[in-house]
Amino acid sequence: MMKRNLTTHHSATLSAMERQEEDEDRVKLFGFWSSPYVYKVEWALRIKGIQYDYIEENLENKSDQLLEYNPVHKKVPVLIYQGKPIAESEVILEFIDEAWKHHGDRILPEDPYDRAMARFWVRFGKDTLSPPIWKWFTTQGQEQEAAYAAAVEQLQILEKELDGKRFFAGEKMGLVDLSLGPFSYIIPIYEEITGVKLIKEEKLPSLLAWMDNFLNSSIVREHLPPMDKLKLRCQAIREAFLKNTN
Amino acid sequence: MWASPMAIRVEWALRLKGVEYEYVDEDLGNKSEALLRYNPVTKKIPVLVDDGKPIAESTIIVEYIDETWKDGYPLMPADPYERAQARFWARFAEDKCNAALYPIFVTTGEAQRKVVHEAQQCLKTLETALKGKKFFGGDNVGYLDIIVGWFAHWLPLIEEVSGASVVTDEELPLMKAWFDRFLAVDVIKAALPDRDRLLALNKARREQLVSSA
Repeated sequence: MMKRNLTTHHSATLSAMERQEEDEDRVKLFGFWSSPYVYKVEWALRIKGIQYDYIEENLENKSDQLLEYNPVHKKVPVLIYQGKPIAESEVILEFIDEAWKHHGDRILPEDPYDRAMARFWVRFGKDTLSPPIWKWFTTQGQEQEAAYAAAVEQLQILEKELDGKRFFAGEKMGLVDLSLGPFSYIIPIYEEITGVKLIKEEKLPSLLAWMDNFLNSSIVREHLPPMDKLKLRCQAIREAFLKNTN
Repeated sequence: MWASPMAIRVEWALRLKGVEYEYVDEDLGNKSEALLRYNPVTKKIPVLVDDGKPIAESTIIVEYIDETWKDGYPLMPADPYERAQARFWARFAEDKCNAALYPIFVTTGEAQRKVVHEAQQCLKTLETALKGKKFFGGDNVGYLDIIVGWFAHWLPLIEEVSGASVVTDEELPLMKAWFDRFLAVDVIKAALPDRDRLLALNKARREQLVSSA
């Protein structure tokens, strides 16, 4: 089970320089308990068997360190490797695969065409699938109905791509699975809150099975956000959005 | 499509690698059956077809080209951290800067002044990736130059068409100098769409957009 410690205890006999070097060598991750982007990175680190120090950020009062490491976006996740920061979860996932190429399983496939396809579906998830799902969750009435229809349309495209495979990457999970993975617990939460089913067995059987495969995989089931707390947070978000439009 | 900055990226990458290719111009108002078959998901150009296999999304295509013709001119840096930086800035340019530029094209007066300022802030952030270097890729043109490069040819044109002043020596000296260096590279110059033709197209488009706003 991967550790998520905030401190490392050094031997008293290490010199100051050795301690600084050791400290710089430690992989660090700045995160937030509810961020799906942070979880993607954590699952990737687990696939590679990489130990890391986790730093929980208060997004309403961001640390000086975070602002120094990610001045452009000021967001989490940020991975620190040998003292140098990497931001943006998509970028971090590819970095993890390359920096620890010979550790654990590959996250991206070897073949250039397959790599391009994986990257395409990640982009699809972000640019084409996420917006209508978010819109569906944060609106009501006609606007919500339209978003629901758009979301189902994009999910059907994804269903076709998955085509009964265990994971998008095949027998083992890969980049696309990690990238879309948070949907496997977020969508059921959204369905519970809105009282509407988005992923129906009759229409999207492969996706439904994939969500199960993903959540039950050894990497993911040992590291998921606290669901009750997350559901309350999502509920509050929906309420805030509905309030703003009234 | 001859006037598409996204398609140009792919041509630059292929040319730097010395890869021969057949160019098929699409009429975006009447997309070919082939395009819709090769890219049914987003139906957009550019699409590269290599040995019958289609790849869409210009940033993805450029990486594909680099990985497939890996013994040719290197587009991405070799070091994983440098590669991460290149991808990070490419995402930033795509997601933030592109979105910041379009409003300049469709606004006038005070509204335009406001969006020009915002675009400049975005470009100033991007400019930090150029500090101390000839190109984003270092001594030579690389992946990030290819992704951001369209600014060099299109931005001065957008400025002319919309009467705005964005990339100036005072506001963005590094970027301006890079524009000149980038456009002077033979391979880059060779693939640029005709400026007059592009100017006429964008002048017409702006008139249409501003009048309907």
